Amino acid sequence: MRRWINNCDRPCWKIGLLLALLMVFGLALADPETGLEFTGRVPKPAIEKGKGDKCVNDTEFMRKNHMTLLKHQRDETVHSGIRTKQYSLNGCIECHASQKTGRVIGSNENFCQGCHSYAAVQLDCFECHASKPQSKVSLIGTREEGIAPVTSSAPISQPASGPATGNVPKRTK
Amino acid sequence: MSADRQSADGTVNRRGFLGISAVALAGVVLAPGVRLIELAAGRSPGEPVTNQVRWGMLIDANQCDSGCTDCVTACNTENGLSGGTLETDSQWIRKIEVKDLRGGKARSLPMMCQHCAEPPCVDVCPTGASFKRADGIVLVDKHICIGCRYCIMACPYGARSFVHEALTDQKPEVPRGKGCVEACTLCVQRVDRDLSPACVEACAAAGHKAIIFGDLNNPDSEIAKRVAAFASRQVREELGLNTGVRYQGI
Repeated sequence: MRRWINNCDRPCWKIGLLLALLMVFGLALADPETGLEFTGRVPKPAIEKGKGDKCVNDTEFMRKNHMTLLKHQRDETVHSGIRTKQYSLNGCIECHASQKTGRVIGSNENFCQGCHSYAAVQLDCFECHASKPQSKVSLIGTREEGIAPVTSSAPISQPASGPATGNVPKRTK
Repeated sequence: MSADRQSADGTVNRRGFLGISAVALAGVVLAPGVRLIELAAGRSPGEPVTNQVRWGMLIDANQCDSGCTDCVTACNTENGLSGGTLETDSQWIRKIEVKDLRGGKARSLPMMCQHCAEPPCVDVCPTGASFKRADGIVLVDKHICIGCRYCIMACPYGARSFVHEALTDQKPEVPRGKGCVEACTLCVQRVDRDLSPACVEACAAAGHKAIIFGDLNNPDSEIAKRVAAFASRQVREELGLNTGVRYQGI
């Protein structure tokens, strides 16, 4: 094997790789499914327009880099609790869910699946993540009185049958 | 004043240096103290969690009603669990009955991930998926979890579940999927929005207020005051895991 590589010039295997890629790409295009547009010679995925004027970055950048942004954000969210909207998957779904079905997967007309099936790239996100926006889930809520998790200036109530320890001693720093 | 701190050639002498150091040290110590209260009062969504906060729960078994399962229902609703109680169903919180065999006194209490400071599940995880967040919440990074279930075996509380079958209709904020281990997250999605976990709210709504949630590190929080005032216990405290969930009245 090593000898074979050594015998072969560098451009030789590069061309081979290019050919292999072209073959794979060509095969993907050769079998168009529903949801592909045939405007020119080459079928293109039909991408439904999202809500709002523009995406968080320009379209070309997002096409190439959305997976990197999402992977970076997911680690920030899971490990550090950073829940900014800009690159969150829920943020994507919020805008790009289909007007008809309310989802980003399900048919080749839906935003995520449309491109991923066109490019033959497996889409694993939605095995765990919801493919519907959470707009119906209320993000605004207030803590109930008396169960505030942070600070409470109100005197604490003594448990009904707990030990009688009298007044709660105030802790000093 | 400055003359005795600085010698004639302008260098700081020993006494002056100590004085300045003391002032500098006081500043360092004081500043995090002030910051701690600011952070606990509310973190912006872009700020990472810090270890100045330690989230915990105090469960008062005296207040917990043996027939009530509102906390379990609220957990299932919030996190999109099926509510099934088979061995293969995910249960993030269970109601258990304990009885003092000699005295005969029975107690009912909710049992869930105890959010240990030294979590055995994290120790045994071969991929680093099981981890403790800086603010004390023990979580599974399901992007890394390979489903080996060592953590399930390591957990002394039987708190973790495994997802055996493909799921649909997950909650947008609570992704769950086949092949991953999961457990109580202290409703991390709610805590990050400055809300209490679903079980805490449900318990208060039912009028029991048996579970209180808060920052154990903040001496002004209700939970820290209670822990300081009343005897509370950690389940299996002999393991020295320093659990974030504490029990009163057991």
